[in-house]
Amino acid sequence: MRGQLFLQYLFSGLIYGSIYAVVAIGFNIIYNATGIINFAQGEFVMLGSMIASALSGRMPLALAIAAAVVLTTAAGVAVERLFLRRVARGGVLKMIVTTIGLSIVIREAALMAWGEGVRTLPFFSGNEVSSLTLLGAHFSPQILWIVGITALIVAGLTLFFRLTMAGKAMRGCSANREGASLCGIDPRRMVTLAFGMSAGIGALGGCVVAPLTQTHYAIGAGLAIKGFTVAAFGGLGNSVAAVFAGLLIGMLESFSIILVPEAYKDVVTICVLLILLFAKPSGLFGSKAASSLKEY
Amino acid sequence: MRRYAPALVCALCAFLLPPLLAATKTAYLLTQLTMSAYYVLASLGLCALMGYAGQISLGQAGFFAIGAYASSFLSTLNLTKLAASPIVRLLDLTGLLSRGSDLYGAPLLSLSPWLAFLAAILLAAAIAALIGTPVLRLKGHYLAMATLGFGLVIERIVRGSKILGGADGLSNVPPFTILPGLAVAGGRSARAANFAIAWIVLALGLLALVNLVSSRAGRALRALHDGEEAAGAMGVDTARYKLNVFIIGAVYAAIAGALLTHYNGSIGPGEANVMKSVRYVAIVAVGGMANLTGTLVAGLALNFLSLRGVFGRFDDAVFGLILIAVMLFAEDGQRLLRSSLGALTAARGRAGRRKGPQA
Repeated sequence: MRGQLFLQYLFSGLIYGSIYAVVAIGFNIIYNATGIINFAQGEFVMLGSMIASALSGRMPLALAIAAAVVLTTAAGVAVERLFLRRVARGGVLKMIVTTIGLSIVIREAALMAWGEGVRTLPFFSGNEVSSLTLLGAHFSPQILWIVGITALIVAGLTLFFRLTMAGKAMRGCSANREGASLCGIDPRRMVTLAFGMSAGIGALGGCVVAPLTQTHYAIGAGLAIKGFTVAAFGGLGNSVAAVFAGLLIGMLESFSIILVPEAYKDVVTICVLLILLFAKPSGLFGSKAASSLKEY
Repeated sequence: MRRYAPALVCALCAFLLPPLLAATKTAYLLTQLTMSAYYVLASLGLCALMGYAGQISLGQAGFFAIGAYASSFLSTLNLTKLAASPIVRLLDLTGLLSRGSDLYGAPLLSLSPWLAFLAAILLAAAIAALIGTPVLRLKGHYLAMATLGFGLVIERIVRGSKILGGADGLSNVPPFTILPGLAVAGGRSARAANFAIAWIVLALGLLALVNLVSSRAGRALRALHDGEEAAGAMGVDTARYKLNVFIIGAVYAAIAGALLTHYNGSIGPGEANVMKSVRYVAIVAVGGMANLTGTLVAGLALNFLSLRGVFGRFDDAVFGLILIAVMLFAEDGQRLLRSSLGALTAARGRAGRRKGPQA
């Protein structure tokens, strides 16, 4: 029985760890392209899952998710084009405040559109009661979907940045903006692309976990701070490290229930963030040499 | 003298507004104006930190809640069962306890609100000093995230703690008798007096900050805002100034939280919500960042409208939109304002010159 409980915590850590990793990857893509942290990152996850859940009654699930990803990507592009581009020269404080404002407006718009209710998505295969058994612990097949799609996102991104022209151009921009524009790359288009990708990936992640974690108009802020914790833990900008950090934080959170009451679950993660920021802001996998060049 | 004018206006309002509103039969507005004053006090503290020193904080509601919860927890703590213990007896002998009875007539023995108030402020200052040292080493996004994390931790703790009332918060917070016959308390009969207390406190808080920002320390803070390295090179102890202004901001929020709690008679975890912190930031931004008078006016207006329910269910959305609008258009707006004002004064000047020889 204890072993079973252990496995249940493990699966719960896996689910939440995956979604934190997806949010962290979203942070990283935008950070790499622009050097800013998008405080509205969690809202993209919320938007994706809420749109999919609103559409899922009217069309096949796969189509609803595709539509949600496309619409959220459009929202990400709009956020960058309409708002962030205009304040880009105003300094960090201005951009932080703008993305905070945007996150509130997106959240409130979702509240008006869909109400306060908790929503969910149908399971991708089977239903609530179907389960697979591993070493005596039961788990939903949805977990396989979560792990599989997270892995696909990471693999896809790695290939994108290594092999495609657009991916190389984005990397060029993050390495040296002026140098990239001398090579004929338009950095502004890369920033737009980064926002679109990060919104789309967030939306997809939100849709995959929604059957198990459910969704709600206000989940964005919590996801944003945990996603940032994960991103900072792995070292900002490093997406592969973010996956490991995400799983680590997810596990930490789910196993913390053994020691602290459930109500304080978030406190554990945030304390990890605070300690990390105080002790080693470059992240666990960040190199010392690189971090000495950055400002924290 | 001109820089003290806003504080003076606040102090005058404290005495002139109640009879004025009573004469126009709108005295019920005093309640929201009193609450607005306390929220503005917390915003003023943030203005010094964010506007002048350039250090963003998304944790101001956390300090507000620390002040509010510490003060109400200590002043509602029933010590009757511990009445025999030496510490409680010592406190009783020195007059630091207050007696009362609860709804059912059972005796209540609790700390005097003055003691609770001072303890709450010391606690907020101590926590600010403790977390300020590591937090303020961070910049930009990291600073924003760390203070946001601090605010969230406070919110989760007060929401999750049974002894702080969980989601219900603490109620039956006793009145806070500042001077004999003058108490921070709710109720219609105390409305005008409490409005005066709140606005006098606001005026004093503003006065102290006006003095601070126009002193040597204020110039150091502004230098810090413009460039930390440069300020350091000029001999400004940047770490110490940042920490001090962080503590001042926390103390302002804690005073506001404690007084508002005694006024309302209760406190809930909603006051610790991150959205509240964002509101304080929005008010400072609307006020023009390094602008105490602007923060005062924007804060009074926005809080009053929000408390009157003018924004309805768009309450939070309004603050989000304000933030975006200020960031996108404030500079253009200021330029427009300045150029139109400039045109106006220039026109008046020309008119004056034209009039001059004729007269």
